[in-house]
Amino acid sequence: MRAYKSGPQRKGAMSEKDNFVDNGSLQTGRIHSIMSMGGVDGPGIRCVVFLQGCSVGCAYCHNPDTWTREGGDLMSSDEVAQKVLRYRTYFGKNGGLTVSGGEPLMQAAFVSELFGLMKKEGISTCLDTSGHGCTGEKLAALLKNTDITLCDIKFTSQEDYKRYSNGSLDVVKNFLEEASKAHVRIWIRHVVIPGITENEEGIKRLVRIAECYEGVERIELLPFHKMCIPKYEALGIPFQLADVPECTGKRIKELQMLIPEKYAGG
Amino acid sequence: MEAWNGFKGTKWQETIDVRDFIMNNHESYEGNGDFLAGATERTKKLSHKLDGLFELEMRFGGVLDIDTQHVTSLLNYKPGYLDKENELIVGLQTDRPLRRGVNPFGGLNMTRKACQAYGYELSEKVEEEFLYRTTHNDGVFRVYNEEIRKARHAGIITGLPDAYGRGRIIGDYRRVALYGVDRLIEEKKKDKEALAANPCDAETIRRLEELYQQINFLGKLKEMALLYEIDISKPATDSKEAVQWLYFGYLGAIKEQNGAAMSLGRVSTFLDIYFQRDLREGRYDETAVQEIIDDFVMKLRMARHLRTPEYNELFAGDPMWITESVGGMALDGSTLVSKTSFRILNTLYTLGPSAEPNLTVLWSKDLPEGFKDFCAKVSCDTHAIQYENDDLMRPIYGDDYGIACCVSAMRLGKDMQFFGARANLAKLLLMSLNGGKDERYDMQIGPEMPVYEDEYLDYDKVMERMSFYRDWLASTYVKAMNMIHYMHDKYAYEKTQMALHDTDVHRYMAFGVAGLSVLTDSLSAIKYAKVRTIRDENGLIKDFETIGEFPCYGNDDDRVDMIAVEQTKLFLEALKKNPTYRNAEHTLSVLTITSNVMYGKKTGNTPDGRKAGEPFAPGANPMHGRDKNGALASLNSVSKLSYQTCKDGISNTFSIIPAALGHSWEERRSNLINILDGYFARGAHHLNVNVLDRELLIDAMKNPEKYPTLTIRVSGYAVLFNKLTLEQKKEVISRTFHEGV
Repeated sequence: MRAYKSGPQRKGAMSEKDNFVDNGSLQTGRIHSIMSMGGVDGPGIRCVVFLQGCSVGCAYCHNPDTWTREGGDLMSSDEVAQKVLRYRTYFGKNGGLTVSGGEPLMQAAFVSELFGLMKKEGISTCLDTSGHGCTGEKLAALLKNTDITLCDIKFTSQEDYKRYSNGSLDVVKNFLEEASKAHVRIWIRHVVIPGITENEEGIKRLVRIAECYEGVERIELLPFHKMCIPKYEALGIPFQLADVPECTGKRIKELQMLIPEKYAGG
Repeated sequence: MEAWNGFKGTKWQETIDVRDFIMNNHESYEGNGDFLAGATERTKKLSHKLDGLFELEMRFGGVLDIDTQHVTSLLNYKPGYLDKENELIVGLQTDRPLRRGVNPFGGLNMTRKACQAYGYELSEKVEEEFLYRTTHNDGVFRVYNEEIRKARHAGIITGLPDAYGRGRIIGDYRRVALYGVDRLIEEKKKDKEALAANPCDAETIRRLEELYQQINFLGKLKEMALLYEIDISKPATDSKEAVQWLYFGYLGAIKEQNGAAMSLGRVSTFLDIYFQRDLREGRYDETAVQEIIDDFVMKLRMARHLRTPEYNELFAGDPMWITESVGGMALDGSTLVSKTSFRILNTLYTLGPSAEPNLTVLWSKDLPEGFKDFCAKVSCDTHAIQYENDDLMRPIYGDDYGIACCVSAMRLGKDMQFFGARANLAKLLLMSLNGGKDERYDMQIGPEMPVYEDEYLDYDKVMERMSFYRDWLASTYVKAMNMIHYMHDKYAYEKTQMALHDTDVHRYMAFGVAGLSVLTDSLSAIKYAKVRTIRDENGLIKDFETIGEFPCYGNDDDRVDMIAVEQTKLFLEALKKNPTYRNAEHTLSVLTITSNVMYGKKTGNTPDGRKAGEPFAPGANPMHGRDKNGALASLNSVSKLSYQTCKDGISNTFSIIPAALGHSWEERRSNLINILDGYFARGAHHLNVNVLDRELLIDAMKNPEKYPTLTIRVSGYAVLFNKLTLEQKKEVISRTFHEGV
């Protein structure tokens, strides 16, 4: 197999040291964009706020424009909350806000405050994360205001994490442990990449990881696609998986059969 | 009376009051669609035969056959059948299925042209008959002034119903079933006698003559039914009769008139009362009930009018707008959803997807969950239904209104409307800048004023000019409408339909606007960016250079959305300055049908960056590709338009790819329900829903034979995709399809 450059050398990604600093009473976030409607980003209809900045730099990331901490718009938690509230009539019983990225954990204090504002309004909060970017008390504070997390387990072995990203399976496990302790509902997501994660062994490992944590309701397999190539081209970042074929819906269905029924919920 | 055995309530027995009958007898159904029956062998056979005829019609270029010898009316054809032995509900417009009649009452020239377009000649016999008759079209052009003719020619007012039936009138066809025709005649005679006490002025005399005609045509309606050996003089005694009686009422109306949009009303839950009685008494089972509904809907799908190709360019896909309003809530808090609300939607499965009847769900947050879920399923499966906000309309119209055409609400049997045309607001802007000159023809259309002088456009100056030309446009428009409806009443009065109304009706005059999003974004560009004018050698402004960013309608940005709100309000106010024929109430719609393509063709470059000839967005939709913050932001923008201002309806067409709506079909249904609940909770009026992939439409454009029944929602109605012109297909494909994030 062809060797891919591992994460740290990858151009553009911010490093974990760049984590945003708390700055007094009202938190400011760096917002990549706000999409008013997501139908596949957690339960129900969700307004999705994409944050700017991520250090994990996965080889197949479809939002490389969110890696750098430069760019995006600076907005206070309250400003973002007001935007989200404009869509509250659509949320129904199970929809709400999803914060995605980029990596929301890199702006944990901001997200925590934003989620707090949502909770006051009775709106469900969902954290779409790779599990990297924040630990300890700061993470615990954020999880207190989080109803559900979409935790993307990028790879099921430490080696693959090293090989194709800057991340670490242990960090993700720690995140899941904390989320589970905080009684956050957990949906695990996993991108199926032909030749990399598209194998039965890997999916079985994924299930075994999920089984270690209480609160896991669902395991979603997502097909690898290459619609992001124009973004890479525009940014001048080489797309490492250009030669890898896209994953078919049929293959996803086959692999989904390996996932126990209990993880079809949520 | 035996026909009414088991029915509760008394008021409806004493006076004509269908609503009172429904309120006393309807059975709310709170369950899901599991009880529904499928198509029987008989239905499948008939449906197959009909599909064959539809296919043949397409192969014949859209018209299967024309009877050029007889003028369409209630008694001018021998009875026709699809399959005499096996039909449950009978009655065709002419003597053969899909054969179209000629209706020159609206205008002889249109009829001639329509015949010629399909290789026929209007017969000498009909030509001769009409030598000594004045048509609606003759009447209108006798009185049109130069100003109206020019406005019509330039396309600043388009779609005036001055050469065909005006339509948009809904007879309360349920009355035929509940009361029988004799009782209806008796009541009309009483009304006529009562008029003797009125001062004998022009209005009274007109009403006396109208009542004479109504009574006359009720008599013809009975005779028409007798041609099929059915006597509808007395009330229907069971559900099959109720459907048949009601259908004869509708059939009489479409034999007499060729109005654009002749809706059915709100019949499902009315009929349900009969079905439930028969089911209780063991006369029918669920399969038999569905069979009757299927047969009825097959008849509706066969309804046709003869139109010219130009008409089809404006209103694509040969539409009839046989709009049936389904569901909604009653004023007492109970739901008007019945099992028959499900059954009529179920015809989209038993008979396959179809554009007609135009099934319209009156949505309320309080509708039973089972019904909401079923509607969402039908939307995902067939793209054939639309939604309108019952919680918004009920406080105005009560709980027995129906939708005429696409989005136009009226109390059944109590309101009628004088409908017509749309004013092109994008063109109004250009005409204001060019001092009343048309930007395409260089022709003076409105009052003359110097062309806007400065190089750059100033918002306040533009608004000032617009207010002058808006007043002119509104006044011209009202004049044209008054003339049209005066002449329509005089020469092509809807005798059958008005006989199925109360004698004292409330009249609306329904005006429309097109190009709202183009105007809004153009004004936003003028206000928030810099717009430089580019002129031709005569100094006429023909193009614009827009420098800098400006907010676009469709992104939930009040800075621009409120411009749209203000412009609709200003236009209604301008209309209201002009008195209407028969004191009709002015109303306004933001609806374009498919004519947004044609309006675009007739409009030059606009400051929002739209190039000359490019289509407008349909109805109240944001312009394609400019709504950049996702579906809900787009919906929020449209929801800000005030229904109080646009009481004739605000149409929004929403297309979303299945993958963006949810992972599983179950999630998609549930998310669609949340979108509808959320949109309507914001006071929005209407939503057309398409859940499909753009690729599917592209494939359907290339391989029409693979998609014989692909039905999609366009502005306010559904259309068979294959019946659109290539240009219209391309426009539909270019629209915003909301995708995932």
